[in-house]
Amino acid sequence: MKKSSLLSALSSQGVLIALALLILFGWLRYEHFLGLFNISSVLRYNSMFALVALGMCFVIMAGGIDLSVGSTAALGSVVAALLSPHGMLIGTLGGVAAGLCIGILNGLVIVRMRILPFIATLATMLAANGSALLLAQDQSVSVSYDGTFVDLGQGDIYNIPIPALIAVAAYIIGSIVLNYTGTGRAVLAIGGNEDASRLMGLPVDRVKFLVYALSGALSGLAGVILASQFGAGQPIEGVGWELFAIASVVVGGTLLTGGVGSVGATLAGVLLLGLIFNVLNFENGLGWISLSAYWQSVIRGLFLLGVVILQSRLSSKQSAA
Amino acid sequence: MSNAASPKTIETNTFNLMAFLTKHATLVALLALIAFNVVFTKHFISIQTLNVNLTQVATIVIVGVGMTLVIATGGIDLSVGSMMAISGAIAPLIFLGTAVHISEIHLAVAVGMIVAVLAAGAFGWFNGWLITRFRIQPIIATLVLFIAGRGIAQVSTNGNLQPFKLGEFQWIGLGRWFGVPVQVIIMVVLVAIAAWVLKRSLFGRQILAIGGNERAARLAGIPVARVKRWVYCISGLCSGIAGLVVIAINSSSDANLVGLGMELDAIAAVAVGGTLLSGGRATVTGTLIGALIIQLVRYTLLANGVNDDVAKLVKAALIVLAVWLQRHGRS
Repeated sequence: MKKSSLLSALSSQGVLIALALLILFGWLRYEHFLGLFNISSVLRYNSMFALVALGMCFVIMAGGIDLSVGSTAALGSVVAALLSPHGMLIGTLGGVAAGLCIGILNGLVIVRMRILPFIATLATMLAANGSALLLAQDQSVSVSYDGTFVDLGQGDIYNIPIPALIAVAAYIIGSIVLNYTGTGRAVLAIGGNEDASRLMGLPVDRVKFLVYALSGALSGLAGVILASQFGAGQPIEGVGWELFAIASVVVGGTLLTGGVGSVGATLAGVLLLGLIFNVLNFENGLGWISLSAYWQSVIRGLFLLGVVILQSRLSSKQSAA
Repeated sequence: MSNAASPKTIETNTFNLMAFLTKHATLVALLALIAFNVVFTKHFISIQTLNVNLTQVATIVIVGVGMTLVIATGGIDLSVGSMMAISGAIAPLIFLGTAVHISEIHLAVAVGMIVAVLAAGAFGWFNGWLITRFRIQPIIATLVLFIAGRGIAQVSTNGNLQPFKLGEFQWIGLGRWFGVPVQVIIMVVLVAIAAWVLKRSLFGRQILAIGGNERAARLAGIPVARVKRWVYCISGLCSGIAGLVVIAINSSSDANLVGLGMELDAIAAVAVGGTLLSGGRATVTGTLIGALIIQLVRYTLLANGVNDDVAKLVKAALIVLAVWLQRHGRS
């Protein structure tokens, strides 16, 4: 336990240092990098990914994986958009509930049918995608602008984007749950060694079920924000979100083998990967070089590469020591 | 080799029996689907129907062959779609003369195809290197190239569509050989070779041994790292070929789209086909049958007027059901 917490501390500080350096670089190099507009648009856009990554973080810490988050978010956005004429609350609850349904389905298939998470969530990814397209009749569903629904994604409170506030609140709750509740500790124990946890009498099945349900609900919430921010429920959005979320979690130092992880570092991972795109835009704006947007995936990939190699070095040192 | 009285023989025999049974189960499912279509779907028995289904399934199976070998070692390859995009981007750069100019068109096409497939193979080898050199989990190691690979393809073409109309190249996706589409022949040949390798060759035995118990395989003196690197390299090569087929069919190469989502189709075919996702037991013909089942279910639904979105739901249920039945078959 001591070994792994030391390792996670090292890796999680790594991502914080990298994030700080990137922000410093941007601040020194670009005039408006730390301007209100830029900060608020970066936060607004990335809060969706942050919510998805939070759920993914819990799933991965419990030793699983959830490939369905992207199409679940798309489904959530469609349901929210369809319900948006009934007001913000109904729209939000509907989107979250749709995501929760997919999450529950994941949990049931994985826990009851004992099917590998990879395959189970691959299947629900298809199912969510099909349901979203069915509900939306193969086109994007525009939201109602009459009520307050669009404020959720587009509004601010004290100049802070509402989606960012939601994401931060979710991360604070997530962090408390992980560190101070029995369920949170059980997540890490199960990810560390499922058989041992079962023998210790931990409610392994229930906790696994809960993390997938949570991941589904958070993806649904991300979908609600997607719909509200862009004014439409988008059934084909969310392609590749799952892998972006996994990358953020890994960059944040959470081990994919489960058992070790940090919620805060995952948030840092999301921001780091998100800021790479932002920095690229600013760099192009300076006019010295012109890198197409396609470079962002190359750079993100290289970042991920660096992090995983570093992690493997650290963990082999750990096991050698 | 196959009859050697090694300590592994008993284990292998029981595994073969299981593999035999599950293979039969998927085969029975396929035959049932075909029988259903013969009775209920209009114009089902025609060469055209056969060709439509086979050409649609060919690229998935070609990628699935490499994926089966990777999964047999207990790994996974998420980067196949990106490697398809890389190969699909490189070949036209060469035979259209954008990157290098070769005046003789046949030579240009040959060089383009070979370089493209080898490049994909090299990226696959890189996956294997990451996994074996740094002990990184396959899902993460190949995630790197999943993200970066498509970017590399997009950057090398500047994100532009590369349209072409070139018979010298497009035979690979549009040509017929004795009435059979060329990519179907490629598919059959690859499946046959891989099935033979997995069943009969030393390399195949080593793959299954690693997937069954990597530690034991290493202690038994199997060159685990080398076998794994080759397996990921083969997956890259297969993806490279599939990438060429796709751009030939489309008469253009779009780095944003070639191979998108292919990793999931290939993995689904492998899983439905009866290959254990945890490694150690694999069947390439099963992957072929798995891909055919998935394709035929979709075709059956569409031909009988069911919405494509509903077909997705059915496909999802099918994957879960197939994997669940296989679990039950074993226990």
